[in-house]
Amino acid sequence: MAISITENAAKHVTEQLESRGHGLGIRVGVTTTGCSGMAYVLEFADKLEVGDQVFEDQGVKIIVDPKSLVYIDGTEMDFVKQGVNEGFEFKNPNAKGECGCGESFSV
Amino acid sequence: MALLQISEPGGKPTTPAHRIAVGIDLGTTNSLVSASCGAGVEVLPDASGNYLLPSVVAYASDTDPVVGSVARAQSTKDPKNTISSVKRLLGRALSEVEQAPQFKQYEFDAERGDGAPAIVTAAGVKDPIQVSADILQTLVYQAEHSLKAKLEGAVITVPAYFNDAQRQQTKDAAKLIGLNVLRLLNEPTAAAVAYGLDSKEQGTVVVFDLGGGTFDVSLLRLQSGVFEVLATGGDTALGGDDFDHAIVDWIKQQAGFQVLSSTDEAKLLHYATSMKHQLSNSEEVSIEFNGWSGSLSASDFRDITEALVKRTILTCRRVLRDAQLEVEAIDNIVMVGGSTRMPVVRQAVEKFFGKAPLTDIDPDKVVAIGAGIQADVLIGNKSADDFLLLDVTPLSLGIETMGELVEKIIPRNTTIPVAKAQEFTTFKDGQTAMALHVVQGERELVSDCRSLARFELRDIPPMVAGAAKIRVTFQVDADGLLSVMAEELSTGTKAEIQVKPSYGLNADAIEEMLKVSHENAKADMEIRALREAQIEAKQLIDAINSAREIDGDLLEASEARQIDNAIEHLASLIASGTSVQIHESTEELNRISSLFAARRMDLHIGEALKGESIDKVEQ
Repeated sequence: MAISITENAAKHVTEQLESRGHGLGIRVGVTTTGCSGMAYVLEFADKLEVGDQVFEDQGVKIIVDPKSLVYIDGTEMDFVKQGVNEGFEFKNPNAKGECGCGESFSV
Repeated sequence: MALLQISEPGGKPTTPAHRIAVGIDLGTTNSLVSASCGAGVEVLPDASGNYLLPSVVAYASDTDPVVGSVARAQSTKDPKNTISSVKRLLGRALSEVEQAPQFKQYEFDAERGDGAPAIVTAAGVKDPIQVSADILQTLVYQAEHSLKAKLEGAVITVPAYFNDAQRQQTKDAAKLIGLNVLRLLNEPTAAAVAYGLDSKEQGTVVVFDLGGGTFDVSLLRLQSGVFEVLATGGDTALGGDDFDHAIVDWIKQQAGFQVLSSTDEAKLLHYATSMKHQLSNSEEVSIEFNGWSGSLSASDFRDITEALVKRTILTCRRVLRDAQLEVEAIDNIVMVGGSTRMPVVRQAVEKFFGKAPLTDIDPDKVVAIGAGIQADVLIGNKSADDFLLLDVTPLSLGIETMGELVEKIIPRNTTIPVAKAQEFTTFKDGQTAMALHVVQGERELVSDCRSLARFELRDIPPMVAGAAKIRVTFQVDADGLLSVMAEELSTGTKAEIQVKPSYGLNADAIEEMLKVSHENAKADMEIRALREAQIEAKQLIDAINSAREIDGDLLEASEARQIDNAIEHLASLIASGTSVQIHESTEELNRISSLFAARRMDLHIGEALKGESIDKVEQ
C-alpha cells in the first residue's frame, strides 16, 4: 500500500509548508460528497490520528487515514497547470468513474 | 479533474462547493426530481429505485400524509381521502371543478371564502396548494436523501397553458415547505432544453407530449436564446390509458367475452398494459386469458389504435394552423411522455412531419432533466453564458394617462425578468393624488386593453401642474408576475401593487388581442393624436385661466376679449374638431396669449429683483 507524489508536486508542497511555518506534512483522504460519491480532501497535517498511515516520498510526508486508504491506494499526486489555473491532481487507479466537474469520483 | 489546493485542517473544502439545485416535474399523474451531477443531469430515484413518484396523496387522521405508489394502491379502498390529479385543481375555482366526474368522489369544502376547491379529508381540509406541497415535500426528501445534501433551490415545470393563478399557486406550494423556487419553467421548453435545442441560434420546435391520461402539443419558437410559445393544443382526455382500453376491447371482441367480473376486468386491463409495452419491442404477443388464447400482432395493434393516433395528429395539424406554419417549417420534434414509446405513435409523427422525432432521452424523464439543467445554471454552477434561457412578456404592459390613453412601459416580447421606469407628472395645479391604472394589451385606448389593477398615489405635495415628478416602475419577475411602484421623487412618497390576476390569458386570447390591434392600428393612431391634441388644448386653456386670475389686470380690455374668443373657439373644437384643427387653434391661442405671458414674466422678474442692489444682480 502506498501513495506517491511527483517531484513537481513535492516541490510545491514543501514550499507551501515552509511558508505556512509549521505542519507535519499533508493529509490526503476522501469524503462522501458530490454526485459520483466521493471527493478528495487535501489539507495540511498538524498531528497524527490513531490508525493514520504515513508515506514518505520525495521528502514529503503524506498522511492518510485507514478508511480513505482503501479508496486511494496507489494514487499518485501531481501538480499541474491548466490554462490560468494550477493545483494538485490525483491519479487514482481505483477511480472507475468521475463526474464531469471532477469534484467527485466512484470506485 | 478539478485541481485541488491544500487547505487548513478541518477547513474549507478544497473546491468551491457544488451548490445543489433540483429540477422538478410536478405532473398530473407522476412527478420526478432531477439534479446535476457535473457530467450531466440525472433523475434521482427513491429508496426502492423508482424514478416516478405517483402524484397521489393519502390523508389519514392519525398519520402523516402518504405520497406515491402506496397512496395510489389504496385509492380504491379509501377514495374520499386519497387525492390524485391535484394539478387539475390548482388555480381553479370550486365552481369550475366540482361537477367534473374525475373529482366526484371528493367532498369539497363549500364554506371557504377564497372559493378554492379544498377537499375535506380525515386529516382536515386540504386545498390544492397543500396537496401539491405534500408531493413536493416527498420529492425534496427523495432528492436530499439521494444527494446527501440540503437543497438550495428548485426549478419546477408547469404546462405552457398554465395561467398566472396556476403558476402562483405552484410557487405557493413550494413556499409552504420552504423550497426556494428559482424559476417556473414551461414543460415543453424544459423538454427542448433537455435536448440542447436552446443552444441553437434559432429554430422551431414541436413538443409532442402523450402521457398516461393527457395529451399536449406545444409549438415553440427559439430566437436568440428566447423560447416563445407560439401555439398550444391538446386533449385532456387522451393518453396511454386509451390504448390499453383499446386492447381490452379487442380481446373481449376476439374471445367473445360478454360480461366480465370487475376483478377480471381489472386483470385484463393490467394484462393489456403489459402487452402494449411488449409491442414496443416485438412484432407479436400471445395472449392467454380465462381459457382463451390468441395473439396480437403489431399490425393488429395499429388497426385498433388508428383512431386514437389520428386524434394526436389532428391536434398537431391544428396547432400548426394556429401558428400559421407549414410542417416544413418545423426543425425538431421532441417526444415527451411514456406513451410516445409506442412505435405506432412515433411512426405517425414521423410521417406527418416528414422527419424523425427526437427520442434518445427517456420520454418520462425528459422534462425533469431539462428542469434540472436549468436549475444548475440558475443556482450558479454554470456561467450564464453557457446557457441563458429567457421568457418574454406576451403582451405590452402599460399605464393609463390623461385622455384614457395607454402609455406602454414594457412592450410585448420583452425578455423577462425586466424592470422599467418612466416619469409622469401632475395634470392640474395643486394636484395631491394620482390614480394609476395598470393595463395589458396593444391598443392605444384603455377601454380596448385588459385592465390588470388600479391603485392610488396620495400625499403628493401641492405644486403647479407639471412640476411634480412621479416615477412609475414596472417590474416583471422571472415567472411573469408584475409589480408596479409609483414614487413621488421630491418627498419619496410611494405606493405599490402586485399584480396577480386571478385569471390568465390563454394563447387564443393573446392572439385575438394582437389581431385586433393590427386591424385597428390606423384608427388607434388617429384617436391617439386626437386625444393628445385635446389634452394639450385643455392644458393651455387651464394655464391661461389661472394666470388671468392672478395677473388679469395686465391685459387691455380688447386683448382680453381676443383671448376669450380664441379660448371659446378652441373649447368648441375640443368637443367636435379633428386633431389637426385643435392643434392649429391651440397654436393660435398660444400666439395670441404670448404677449400676456411676456408681460407677466417682466412683472415677476421685476418683483424678484426689487430690493436687490445692482451689484448683486450683476453678479
